[in-house]
Amino acid sequence: MMTQDFLKHWASILFFKRFPLAQAFYLYLGQTALLVMESLHSIVKGRVRWTLVLGQLVDIGYGSQFVVIVTGAFTGAVFTAQIFYQFSTLNMSSAVGPVVCVALFRELGPVLTGLMVAGRVGAAMSAEIGTMKVTQQLDALRALAVHPIDYLVVPRVVAMIISMPLLVAECVFFGILSAYFVATQLLAIPSVYFLQNIQRFIDGHNLVMSLVKGFVFAIIIVFISCQQGLTTREGAVGVGKATTEAVVLCSLCILIGNFFLTMVLNMVFPAGLR
Amino acid sequence: MSLPFIPQKEIPIIEVENLTQRIGTQEILRGISLSIFRGETLVLLGRSGGGKSVFLRHLIGLMRPASGKILIDGQDISHLTERQLEPIRRKIGMLFQDGALFDSMDVFENVAFPLKEKGEHDLIKLREKVASALELVSLIGQEAKMPVTLSGGMRKRTALARVIISEPACILYDEPTAGLDPIVSDTINRLIRRLQQRLHVTSVVVTHDMASANHIADRVALLHEGKIYFCGTLDQFHNSKDPLLRDFIQGRSHEID
Repeated sequence: MMTQDFLKHWASILFFKRFPLAQAFYLYLGQTALLVMESLHSIVKGRVRWTLVLGQLVDIGYGSQFVVIVTGAFTGAVFTAQIFYQFSTLNMSSAVGPVVCVALFRELGPVLTGLMVAGRVGAAMSAEIGTMKVTQQLDALRALAVHPIDYLVVPRVVAMIISMPLLVAECVFFGILSAYFVATQLLAIPSVYFLQNIQRFIDGHNLVMSLVKGFVFAIIIVFISCQQGLTTREGAVGVGKATTEAVVLCSLCILIGNFFLTMVLNMVFPAGLR
Repeated sequence: MSLPFIPQKEIPIIEVENLTQRIGTQEILRGISLSIFRGETLVLLGRSGGGKSVFLRHLIGLMRPASGKILIDGQDISHLTERQLEPIRRKIGMLFQDGALFDSMDVFENVAFPLKEKGEHDLIKLREKVASALELVSLIGQEAKMPVTLSGGMRKRTALARVIISEPACILYDEPTAGLDPIVSDTINRLIRRLQQRLHVTSVVVTHDMASANHIADRVALLHEGKIYFCGTLDQFHNSKDPLLRDFIQGRSHEID
């Protein structure tokens, strides 16, 4: 709270209220950074409530299974068909497998999982915390000497960090599975070509890259959503607004962050022949 | 017959010194100074939107003063961080206006919450303590109900059970009888009195309900235009000739029909 006052004090000095948008952006970044620091501090201090983490794992991980499997499977299938129709005109249909796999591992799997989880879990997080805020349940927690970050944010952070990489891996797995099915059963690509070319082009680095992206997107989704929930105002309208903003901000940050992640990770794990 | 408990007038549990607060451009509190003594029940009266609930929220650190001091057992809490406030909050309970029950938990879990957070996980002990807290508020047998299925009065009584289960030294009540029928209101008034007599709990009660004030107050304070306009015993309040106090006691608005 005092640090919040400090942020507001400096915001008024730095921007002199002439640039309200810049001031709001500065405050938002500052508050989110404080939330991250406070959550990390709680985790380091061992204030993780594992029972709540388990509950969140069920909500986030188990609850997202259907969405993630369908997303992965149909993205893999559609992408395989599109690549096949383009590549077959160049007699390169044997490259369909590796292209689809690279795309799924490095981009489609993590980004689409991130967007789906942002829509499903991020929205739920900000709506739940936001409703608690406007109905004084957060104040009740504070009055009962329970820090809302320890009780609400930290379990969600831990559960997201565990769930997201696994969900990304699952999305990629079902994407490749459906790609294999479409390529070999519907588009008549020989199974041997498909599998052998995948083995030539795809190695463990691709998996590491998608898991790293999943981890980063988990952090983006959980902190943006919780921050939106914790700063909700103005009753039911405010909850709706916070939820919408959480999904939009998470999606934008995932897409923008993905570009920078791709640039950095491609330097670390370059694509190409093994 | 036991002797009635007499509040220890010389030992303040809460001292407020020149407290000011503004929300936006509006000055809500304009220099409030008030001492609340150990074991007494202070009723804070005032008009709607006059800043009574805002004042109450300062006493447990839910709001930070713009200026002034709030001392709890001699410790200034106005500059403490959330984590530093936790030991203070274990001494003070607060009943919120709408109960502020946790939607995701049933009545049992709501009432057991403070004990679980203190590290009590023995289910038998938890059941016993929750049952005795619910008995105090006449809600025995309602443990499995979710807050959404409770009436306003039941929500408030559940919230009160959640407060008293951790046996705080002081309880802050924000409109404890608002929206309740006279019988439930009387139950809550008697409970506030009983907590004072048996457990020597200090109470600060924000209310509009004069019947409630007459039942429970040791002292009455009237908040008017952001300041404490009057503070005295219930007798002094009723015997006052001050027109504002008379209006409040008699519920007169001076509007012409």
